[in-house]
Amino acid sequence: MHTEETSRFAKTHEWAHTEGDIATVGISNHAQEEISDIVFVDLPKVGQQVTAGQNCCVIESVKSASEIYAPVSGEIVEVNEALNADPALVNREPHGNGWLFKIKMTAPAEYENLLDLSAYKATIQK
Amino acid sequence: MTHSELKKTPLASRCESAGGKMVNFHGWLLPVQFDGIIAEHKAVREAAGMFDVSHMGQIFVEGKDAWPFLQYINCNNIKNAPAAGTYSHILTEKGTIIDDAISFCLTPEKFLVVVNAACISEDFAWFQKQAANFNVSVRNESADWGMIAVQGPQALEKVSNLISDVPELPRFHIKEIELFGAKGYVTRTGYTGEDGVEIMLPAGKIGGLWDALLHLGVKPCGLGARDVLRLEAGYLLNGADADQTRTPYEANCGWVVKLAKENFVGKAALAAQKEQGLKQKLTAFVLKSPGVPRAECKVYSGGKEIGVLTSGTYSPLFKGIAVGYIPADVPVGSEVEIEIHGKRAKAEVVKTPFYKNRV
Repeated sequence: MHTEETSRFAKTHEWAHTEGDIATVGISNHAQEEISDIVFVDLPKVGQQVTAGQNCCVIESVKSASEIYAPVSGEIVEVNEALNADPALVNREPHGNGWLFKIKMTAPAEYENLLDLSAYKATIQK
Repeated sequence: MTHSELKKTPLASRCESAGGKMVNFHGWLLPVQFDGIIAEHKAVREAAGMFDVSHMGQIFVEGKDAWPFLQYINCNNIKNAPAAGTYSHILTEKGTIIDDAISFCLTPEKFLVVVNAACISEDFAWFQKQAANFNVSVRNESADWGMIAVQGPQALEKVSNLISDVPELPRFHIKEIELFGAKGYVTRTGYTGEDGVEIMLPAGKIGGLWDALLHLGVKPCGLGARDVLRLEAGYLLNGADADQTRTPYEANCGWVVKLAKENFVGKAALAAQKEQGLKQKLTAFVLKSPGVPRAECKVYSGGKEIGVLTSGTYSPLFKGIAVGYIPADVPVGSEVEIEIHGKRAKAEVVKTPFYKNRV
């Protein structure tokens, strides 16, 4: 069972955790607080190839649109269909049922280079 | 610009204390939201919410020619019965929109014009220039006044705890009040599509009113909710949906143009445009799939670009809604496409307002 503590983070506020070569991706609690009131998640397509740092998903709040970047490279193998009916799940459970998509990694070393929770928290404490 | 360089309303510190997320709005430090836009929207549609609108401008026009002067610089017929207010557009000679404002008649020789924050200096300069041929004095008292909008089905009931005879005040009317030892004004107006009032008090006294309303359970609301509410209600956002490139006819506000009036700034241009017909008109859209249309999104019909959105948002009541300028001959019910993040989403042309309830 993964939690915020066992996840790794990109500076652009996505988290990832892995099972074998599959990385599950979501946004941090800090990010969902900043975005607030999520009303639509434009998910990537299953089968789409993404590279680390690529914009591949858009989260819409009432006020603004936020681009979500793939934290690791690979193929999108699953998206969280539950968000189509209930996008606010990302606000309520950003580290649980509010995950966004899963990537079959082609370069697992990219995952190791992501920040751990304390390093991520240090980037947002300003 | 850092927050410390922004202009602050007399309620800025109270907004911050109430959890307001403060942003730069046309050079003003104002709350975009408190609890969240959806919760604030719900409070105004179902109970009562309050907005700090102290950034808005108060221009007083006084003198023997006060009414003829306002008739000349407004395209609508300004009412000159004491207490009556009139929504109108202030135009250039070309008939394009400088600002939309409400002129309240205090006496037949004294009016209060409430104008948009971003237009205060330009409006005041324009008023002064146009006043040269009239026996009037024009005073910009914008910095001296604080202002709170209390909006929602419970707004009048809440305000009645502080101010008497508010439910008796007709829509778009003003009355002088005395509150916390100061003279001010209450108007039965708003920018949300709900019933409610806007209360003006001297800047030093407005904080007491905020505290009292908070104590009465009125929910603080920010610019984010205000924008959703006004778009649902079909109100223009000056600077976005209307500006000095658009006439009231183009902005779908033909009802504010009174060509039968003897003369007013912009009349000749508007008469000519009415004769020739419109090329483009501000048109409303509802998205037919999930997604959020925003200002600047392009509008397509039959694969061809036909216009651009000037406002768009997610409405808790109607989902993706927007307005934008497209050819004036596209009828209600037509299907168009709106490009959002590089993808085209189907939308339907609809009538405004999206929301029509109590006012």
